[in-house]
Amino acid sequence: MLPRSEMIRRLRAILPAEAVLTETEERRPYECDGLTAYRRVPWLVALPETEAQLKAILRLCRDGGVPLVVRGAGTGLSGGALPLERGLLVSLARFDRILALDPANRTARVQPGVRNLAISEAARPYGLYYAPDPSSQIACTIGGNVAENAGGIHCLKYGLTVHNVIALRCLTVDGESLTLGGAGLDGPGYDLLALLHGSEGLLAVVTEVTVRLLPRPAATRTLLAAFAAVGEAAEAVAAVIEAGLIPAALEMMDRPAIVAVEDYLRVGYPREAAALVICELDGPAAQVAAEAETARAVFERHGAFQVQVARDEAERARFWQGRKSAFPAIGRITPDYYCMDGTIPRHRVAEVLAEIARLADRHGLRVANVFHAGDGNLHPLIMYDAAAGELERVERLGREILELCVRVGGTITGEHGVGVEKLDAMCHQFGGGELRLFHAVKRAFDPEGLLNPGKAVPALARCAELGGMHVHHGRLPHPQLERY
Amino acid sequence: MDRTEALQARVLDAYRTGTPLRIVGGGSKTFYGRAVHGEPLALAEHRGIVDYQPSELVVTVRAGTPLAELEAVLAAQGQMLGFEPPHFGPATVGGAVAAGLSGPRRPFAGAVRDFVLGVKLLTGRGEVLSFGGRVMKNVAGFDLSRLLAGSQGTLGIVLEVSLKVLPRPPLEVTLRRRLPPERALKAMAELMGRDLPLSGLAYDEPFLYLRLAGMPAALAEAATDLGAEPLPDGGFWEALREQRLAFFTEGTESLWRLAWAPAAPNPDLPGRWLLDWGGAQRWLRTDAPPERVFAAADAAGGHATWMRGHGPDDPVFQPLPPPLFKLHKALKDAFDPKRILNPGRLYEDL
Repeated sequence: MLPRSEMIRRLRAILPAEAVLTETEERRPYECDGLTAYRRVPWLVALPETEAQLKAILRLCRDGGVPLVVRGAGTGLSGGALPLERGLLVSLARFDRILALDPANRTARVQPGVRNLAISEAARPYGLYYAPDPSSQIACTIGGNVAENAGGIHCLKYGLTVHNVIALRCLTVDGESLTLGGAGLDGPGYDLLALLHGSEGLLAVVTEVTVRLLPRPAATRTLLAAFAAVGEAAEAVAAVIEAGLIPAALEMMDRPAIVAVEDYLRVGYPREAAALVICELDGPAAQVAAEAETARAVFERHGAFQVQVARDEAERARFWQGRKSAFPAIGRITPDYYCMDGTIPRHRVAEVLAEIARLADRHGLRVANVFHAGDGNLHPLIMYDAAAGELERVERLGREILELCVRVGGTITGEHGVGVEKLDAMCHQFGGGELRLFHAVKRAFDPEGLLNPGKAVPALARCAELGGMHVHHGRLPHPQLERY
Repeated sequence: MDRTEALQARVLDAYRTGTPLRIVGGGSKTFYGRAVHGEPLALAEHRGIVDYQPSELVVTVRAGTPLAELEAVLAAQGQMLGFEPPHFGPATVGGAVAAGLSGPRRPFAGAVRDFVLGVKLLTGRGEVLSFGGRVMKNVAGFDLSRLLAGSQGTLGIVLEVSLKVLPRPPLEVTLRRRLPPERALKAMAELMGRDLPLSGLAYDEPFLYLRLAGMPAALAEAATDLGAEPLPDGGFWEALREQRLAFFTEGTESLWRLAWAPAAPNPDLPGRWLLDWGGAQRWLRTDAPPERVFAAADAAGGHATWMRGHGPDDPVFQPLPPPLFKLHKALKDAFDPKRILNPGRLYEDL
């Protein structure tokens, strides 16, 4: 591997001096992503802004045997962008241009450093938008969304990033340019476009993303239903789906979350409720009006003691404000919390929540639940006090919760990714054969293992603890972002 | 019936002896792809629905299950496969996933791969492995399940697949409007840019066909707005999906599929066109030489498939640029190092 001084010299031949960060203080902002429990000041940071520069960097790394981590905005929650002790950190922040917006074909071709929300903003004059809306959408970039296969509140109806990207341009570790997907709705050969989504930067470096844009929904209707029992709410969620509806969003919170939110913001949620469901329907006006009636009837039939339909945009915003403020509301009432991200089959929600409460009791810890009920993606928030030495107990509980998710037929991560955080849990979810094939796929793209090594797929030898997102005193590294 | 063990034994044997296998489901899509020279490995007996919970919107099925049987089971619960796969005969679920073909609903609901949540697969080494799962959101590990959709059995034998399913719309109506061909693309682009309850949009000269799906009140509103003539039934869409329209059955020219930017004009190729997917999937009947069709598709950032009329060893799929093909070979090597699974079906040397 090239020594650092030599690497700096060669990087400076590729990039202007200001685009190679060598001083500790300039490198420090890149020491972590949204998972701040893991930090490492990068060895060196490069800020390319053209594909030619990026290509040259990749070739330099390959020839010099230097591993590299490529990152976007660093809003990820699993440590996927954690720098290497000896390796290059490449930020794609300067790849921030929208290259083409094509209203007739309803696509936008953008560079990876473009922010998620900026695409919808650019498409708005044409009555179009980009559907996936992760909670960090004002800051997170589309390149990172591809790497993590980001979801969002509305993915029940509109899908994840993988369902909304039609083409990628990327560079292999050899600096060769590839186009995956195509101008139509699919590409030739193997579906490498799908494979790259959620590959956490281990397979290739994305340099251009072509996303599909959708017409903005003509109408939106939002319902808030309150239940006296979690089981009733869970059954009502299943019944909405059984009634043939695919809401744009179908969210749930339990009593600890409701109380925390009410204490914090007083949005008007009924404090006596054991569970709240927010159901949002969108589409053509007549369709939405009919669906909202169906949803209301389903909630009432399943024991909701209160069902409100937002009368206007202000009321709709209020319904959502509580849900979207649940994380900071929890952050107010506990010194620390730990956010999990398991997904389970929907019909086991009530049973799993009860089991989580039982496990939490056993460890003497409190858990609040706010989650994407429609697709069974749980976010249990374990409350604790790190200063009181509770972290170890929390990690044990977290591990038990993820094991529970796997046991009921679910997964250890629905949308936050594996990164460094869930490497151990991967061992719990997959057997040796599966892990070996993951490594073989990695080698097919990157034989020397230079792209984001040590992330996403654990080495076969490794197997032990589980993890979660660790938040101290409610301080996330991007405090301006809502998290939900 | 679960035939995993027998199938695994066959593959292990083939792996040891280096015997190529030709994977056979219902034999309905044998025409789709290059000929495979190998011993047949039949999946038909490995069938049955393993798990189906309508409220989960997920069904787990063995590969040899007849597609029609699965669709009937879903229909009984008011659900359906959102990608509306073509059958082309006695199709199996495994074959439908391996072929990766989607029907007219694709631009509105998604493609086969969009509905694949997890697979149990038999690799070219004879290992039985599981990827993905039975839940909607899952980002643990590389997404090898979706990769298998459309891989034509060249990476692994899909033993079992978990598919997301959708509720059947309460009502679907078909409308048509007479339109000169030169106005078809513009009309489709305009319709696709609006929030309409569309579930099909095609142009078969001289008519533009629209399918609307949703609550009756919503369809009445949209139909009035669109000012097109309602048809008594939706038979057009099945005939389109199964390639039974006169466009497909008349004449002797080859049939090509072009995946295309929906609003872009047709390439300069001789022959007749039918537009589906709001213009993103185009069918062409032509005698133009394959090199010419592939070149035209490539020049526009699309890709072409020689669906029908090719010889057993002709190139069927769009040739790949060398770095991309190299990657395909490396992946093939990871899944099937001895190249025993459907060798040559997608590309020669793969």
